[in-house]
Amino acid sequence: MIPLSYYLIVSAVLFAIGTAGVFLRRNLITILLSIEIMLNAVNLSFVAFGRYAGDVDGQIITFFVMTVAAAEAAVGLALVIALFRHRESLNPDAFTSLKW
Amino acid sequence: METYLRPAVIGVMIFVVFNALIMASAILVLAERKIMGFMQQRYGPYLVGPHGMLQPIADILKLLFKEELRPKGADKWLFTLAPVLSILTAFVAFATVPFGAETTFFGLLDEPIKLGVADVNVAVLVVFAVTSMGVYGIVLAGWASNSKYSLFGGLRAAAQMISYELAYATSLAAVIMLAGSLSLREVVDSQAGTWLGFIPKWYVFLQPIGFIIYVIAGVAETNRAPFDFPEAEQELVAGYNTEYSSVRFALFPQAEYINMVTMSAVATDLYLGGWHGPFLPASLGWIWFLLKVGVILFAYIWMRWTVPRYRYDQLMQFGWKWLFPASVLNLIVTAALVLYLDA
Amino acid sequence: MPETFVFYALSALAIGASLLVIGQRNPMYSVLLLIASFGALSALYIQLDAPFVAVAQIIIYAGAIMVLFLFVVMLLNAPREDAAEWDRAHPLRHPNIGRFGALLAGLLVVQLAWALAKATELEAPVGARADGASIASVAEMGRILFTRHTFAFEATSVLILVAMVGAVVLARREGSNQ
Repeated sequence: MIPLSYYLIVSAVLFAIGTAGVFLRRNLITILLSIEIMLNAVNLSFVAFGRYAGDVDGQIITFFVMTVAAAEAAVGLALVIALFRHRESLNPDAFTSLKW
Repeated sequence: METYLRPAVIGVMIFVVFNALIMASAILVLAERKIMGFMQQRYGPYLVGPHGMLQPIADILKLLFKEELRPKGADKWLFTLAPVLSILTAFVAFATVPFGAETTFFGLLDEPIKLGVADVNVAVLVVFAVTSMGVYGIVLAGWASNSKYSLFGGLRAAAQMISYELAYATSLAAVIMLAGSLSLREVVDSQAGTWLGFIPKWYVFLQPIGFIIYVIAGVAETNRAPFDFPEAEQELVAGYNTEYSSVRFALFPQAEYINMVTMSAVATDLYLGGWHGPFLPASLGWIWFLLKVGVILFAYIWMRWTVPRYRYDQLMQFGWKWLFPASVLNLIVTAALVLYLDA
Repeated sequence: MPETFVFYALSALAIGASLLVIGQRNPMYSVLLLIASFGALSALYIQLDAPFVAVAQIIIYAGAIMVLFLFVVMLLNAPREDAAEWDRAHPLRHPNIGRFGALLAGLLVVQLAWALAKATELEAPVGARADGASIASVAEMGRILFTRHTFAFEATSVLILVAMVGAVVLARREGSNQ
């Protein structure tokens, strides 16, 4: 049997990797991918806690998190497409001035 | 000895299934060309072996001896990864499909084993999940070839596959409602028995529209005619597998045939009663299973050489505007009837 | 213990693939590595007696969201991440800044792991309090989802509708009369 803290440590490491990706990468698509990593890390800890408590609510929350992640990825990518069409660059530093 | 016998039997069963799938794709190559020939009032392959029976061997040898090309601008890893992904998902999808009842192999084993590579209690969803991963093989093949025809073919194939996945999933959901379980084995077992003594309790009689929607969505998912625009010979050269040759090329049609077999097997399990049939004991039910799968595969080949190909925009319109609303309507009506008749 | 070995192998795959995702220059490779990481996570969910969540992870994340990412990467012909000319003199592009950021991320991990190791009641094995049969049932999950969490379920469907309409509107070409 695997202790609960092992799963939580994996989740924490994944979350930190996602956070590092959001802050360190200069490519809009990779930033969105790092956000997905973070959401997955959270899903893992929800399911682990749900299993530990013998409750099915942990899995139900992941169901909603996945749905929200899908909606957010769709809208985020549409924004990336619109931004790319305008400035021909995926670097977030290219969008620092508020003028369109 | 008993403790080693059971894993050995399971190993043999998995080995047999694996080889059967490979053999099936070879036999389907021959069957397609022969049936196409007979439908076009000619003989099809005739020279290699008696009545052309050894034609697949000739085809395979020819493909193996061709030169392995890779275009200069092609992405090194993805070019090879794409056919591997295609064939991998094709095999894995068949892993959760049961093809026979529990059997002790005529008393060889103490406890019966279930005929099927794996028995999971969410088998229907696993098949759906793995076939939705099959999109990647095609899309990556189109992208990695670094060629216009391939890219168009790949993108169109991906868009088509994900559009028809919706109708596929909702028609599956209607059957799951009738059966009350996600496990394919339980869906088949709930179709045992007959009404009035001679009409079998198959779901195709309870869900005729669902069956038609499932078959159409299955044909679109496997990129077969009349939905085979991505590999249309007349329009796109060969679509996403234009730049492929030899073994990497051979894996694509093989993956397509194995996907066809999986779709037919799942359709048999869901709608046609799986391995249940008259006159045979339960332990020989897999013979009925093979017969039913064969009938559906024949229908696949028949459809390809009879019906003209859809244009791409017609294809997408049909998927979104007709098939998906029809399958949602089917789901709603099924749900209402299940509630009304069971309450 | 095969179970522990499987857990370590899957965690190593998930973490390694995620590290490569943020370390790759080519966005196409990043997307594919993330799919590998999702596959490993799905297997971890199976080990946690959550088969429906595992399959939903493959269907939704690896099978739909990542296809969307792949389409966008191919549509935009996403360039490899090189700094633009006007960007190189930016003070934040100094390589030591990146290294310092990675160091801070490592410190975050160490802190979280230390806090988790200190919490003693989390040392119990995952299956200690309840066996997995009751929560692995999809029927049970559906029953609770549609009775106790009905409002959240309906709100999520409205959310998806809004996101769909929003994505179509945002990605339209300007000046088109569609």
